[in-house]
Amino acid sequence: MAEKITLSDLNKTLTEMNVQSLEGLKIEGDVEIEIDAGAGGVGPLFAYYFGQEAAKIAMQLMNFAKAVGYPVENLLQPVAIASAIAPAPKDLAAAAAAVPAFKMASALASAKFTVGVDKTWRNTIQEVTLGATKADGGSRGHVVKLGGEKAMPFFPDASMPHAPKITMDVFDMPIGMAKAVKMHYEDVINSPGEWAKKAVKKFGADMVTVHLISTDPLLKDTSAQDAVKTVEEVLQAVDVPICIGGSGNPNKDPIVLSKAAEVAAGERVLIASANLNMDWEKIGKACVDNGHVCLAWTQLEINSQKELNRKLMKVAGVPRESIVMDPTTAALAYGLDFAYSNMERIRLGALKGDEELTFPMSSGTTNAWGVRESWMVRSPNKDDSDWGDRMLRGPIWEILTGYSLAMAGVDIFMMMHPTAVAYVHEITQSLMGRIEAKTPDTAAWLKMGV
Amino acid sequence: MKETSPLNLYKQLPQTNCKKCKEETCMAFAAGLIARTRKVEECTPLVDEKKYAKKLETLKSIVAPELRMVYIGVGEKQVKVGGEDVMFRHQMTFFNKPPFAYDVADNMDEAKLIERVKKISTWRKFYIGKWQGVEMIAVRSVSDDPAKFAACVKTVMANSDFPLILCSFNPAVLKAGLEVAAKVRPLIYAANKDNWKEVAQLAFDYKVPVTLSVPFDLDALKSMAVTFAGMGLTDLVLDPGTAPNGKLLQQTLLNFINLRRAAVEEAQRDIAYPVMVLPINAWLTTDDPVRASYWESVLTAAFVIRGGAIMIKHSLDAHSMMPDMHLRFNIYTDPRTPVQVKPGIYKVGNPGAESPVFLTTNFALTYYTVESDIASNGIDAYIIAINTDGIGVQASVAGGQLSPTKILDSFNEAAFKWEDQKFPAMVLPGMAAKFSGELEDLFAGKAKIMVGPEDSGRIIGWMKDYWPPKK
Ligand code: SF4
Repeated sequence: MAEKITLSDLNKTLTEMNVQSLEGLKIEGDVEIEIDAGAGGVGPLFAYYFGQEAAKIAMQLMNFAKAVGYPVENLLQPVAIASAIAPAPKDLAAAAAAVPAFKMASALASAKFTVGVDKTWRNTIQEVTLGATKADGGSRGHVVKLGGEKAMPFFPDASMPHAPKITMDVFDMPIGMAKAVKMHYEDVINSPGEWAKKAVKKFGADMVTVHLISTDPLLKDTSAQDAVKTVEEVLQAVDVPICIGGSGNPNKDPIVLSKAAEVAAGERVLIASANLNMDWEKIGKACVDNGHVCLAWTQLEINSQKELNRKLMKVAGVPRESIVMDPTTAALAYGLDFAYSNMERIRLGALKGDEELTFPMSSGTTNAWGVRESWMVRSPNKDDSDWGDRMLRGPIWEILTGYSLAMAGVDIFMMMHPTAVAYVHEITQSLMGRIEAKTPDTAAWLKMGV
Repeated sequence: MKETSPLNLYKQLPQTNCKKCKEETCMAFAAGLIARTRKVEECTPLVDEKKYAKKLETLKSIVAPELRMVYIGVGEKQVKVGGEDVMFRHQMTFFNKPPFAYDVADNMDEAKLIERVKKISTWRKFYIGKWQGVEMIAVRSVSDDPAKFAACVKTVMANSDFPLILCSFNPAVLKAGLEVAAKVRPLIYAANKDNWKEVAQLAFDYKVPVTLSVPFDLDALKSMAVTFAGMGLTDLVLDPGTAPNGKLLQQTLLNFINLRRAAVEEAQRDIAYPVMVLPINAWLTTDDPVRASYWESVLTAAFVIRGGAIMIKHSLDAHSMMPDMHLRFNIYTDPRTPVQVKPGIYKVGNPGAESPVFLTTNFALTYYTVESDIASNGIDAYIIAINTDGIGVQASVAGGQLSPTKILDSFNEAAFKWEDQKFPAMVLPGMAAKFSGELEDLFAGKAKIMVGPEDSGRIIGWMKDYWPPKK
């Protein structure tokens, strides 16, 4: 059943068939070749795709190509052909069934899954205690411990000794807040003590942070002497460990925070924060003199973080067990990628042996509320799909900002929305295996109603 | 790819420096392969000349991603799943963001089904110059009836060109779906311990990728993967089980971490397949839709970060979709190249003759921060984004990418008309204050130079004190 065609016909036919995988072949001139379709080797699947005619040509071309050293076999496996051309399923099934290449396994192979641990992680993160009880010269009801990790958070290599903690924000004067946040604090907004109580008793905060923002020269310019009265008020209102924050003004903060450190002497508070652009030495020394922990704040830059940590230790004399880092939280949709990787690199660097980075990390998760998606009523972009209810959108923004950074290594979160606090607590506890719950049949979603 | 030295890839290239790939040298091309910015096929001599056949083959196997890449769908909407090389994004980058497949069910009435399909296919949000959206639709067979399932798949396909996941453990149902959809290369879900033979046959017959579902038993999951690979079926997606709560949730994360580690750090090719996550399972834990959608987002976040390659999701509420989309965008942004905005003049609000011009760099994060600080305070202003190759203000002042002459050039390029301004003045970021003297000379007679705050969050206060400028 031999018939003659020319290679130019053949090329044309193949081009029409859109067989791109064979285009690499350059065949020039009109060479006559013989085709013998009766020679076998044209499987049903093959024949189906190409049609009888084309299959004959393709077979011949294949032989020809083989002769010139082209690895056609690889190209012409049924699977490769199948993905090259969209098949008509029914006929294809019949054709495929006739192809001997596919051999159904008679039973499942027996394999074991094993995987090692990361042997490059050899450092332990410094354990830091916040708060001091009566026994230690303070007045807190309990202490909070951070750090101690030997592996990345929630990894199988080593369990985390302490769960991530949450400290809720309290401000010493009314400030602008997103509507979803404000509704929870309206009744206490003029009373930092009541505010702190509500955060602890009602919202389950592990700690509270009292922000002395009224000291900002651009706000009320409250004196350090007056501002620290709020610290005393909060220390009396609640017995959890506390954190004291300034206004962020680089000139005023060292004065305010040093004074605050004095009035809170012995309570082992977290002083927030020392920064390379201000008199960090004064703040570091105030921490040392009064037995506090210093929060070392840098802006998304691992080398600055190392520099500041080093200076706090070497120059200001802050002991290792009294340093926590704040490498800056850029929130979800607002640079979270930078914050996330910066923190992950810091933690991995620490675990791998960089002694200048082996400290617990803190996240200003409240920054999530600065992102327009968390608080705006509707999108400024009219082509966006509807943004939905902002009262629901805001809290989840804070949850995901905090929780993502928990995965990067954050030990303590500064947060505001009670729902966000509850969820970050729940998911981090869950991933530590601390929450008992009956797990539903994980295939049930297939038939789920909804 | 485990290889980190371009030299070892160079050895497999023609080494002729023919420049057909538009690189100056083969070595530069090799470096591009390491960074995965170039593809082997772009060295055409290597592909075309048969004397290189062996090198081509070797090179291809060296650069293959550690975690297998599986293609689902056809044409423009086709998605790539897996194909990752690293455990942590800063080690290079994550390449293929996990597609979100939102579910529909074959027991929905037609109108509801079409409405949901449309909502899934058209949802979008603009973010850093791009539209975020959904990639896939997962069709669940609740009815367990092949005919109903096929009809549902047909309706979905008539209303959307998204790649599909056909979901059922019943091979007859899957087959009915494949009869309709095989030509668009759907992923099938799933082979399990009971049906694996029939599903393997379907995967072979219809040439489609297949999910292997073996919850919470990595030995058995690996056994199945090895068995399928032995039959020549290697377009696999693994479902190691997604527990939405309790101790099994911890186990779920550990499994994902271990699977990723085995694939990219230990080169265990026989288990190096993309892994599926089922955030939809949050809906099995509660009747409260807000709670369910929140928890679904939390589960999504966990596995976007730690190794999920494809996800089946349910909540179409904006409060769940928006954060999930942004988180995925952030985590899958390539950290090797800073995100940039186009240099030039931008309008915020409705600026006119009495509005200030704020200056910042084209580092996207800086730009969008300034923009939002201005917009959200209701200020009408111009922003000029200077091309600093995407470097922030502080660093570019120090590094020289931001300079007075560059600022002058940028205003000239943008053809900004100072003469139209009632108060012609540019506001420098506080961190660039040291340029003000030189700029005053450069802009003499044209514009006043003002120094703004160091943090754009304080622009609102600055406006109260300094704008409009006093004579
Ligand atoms: S195309 Fe190939 S051979 Fe030519 S320069 Fe590029 S890498 Fe080298």
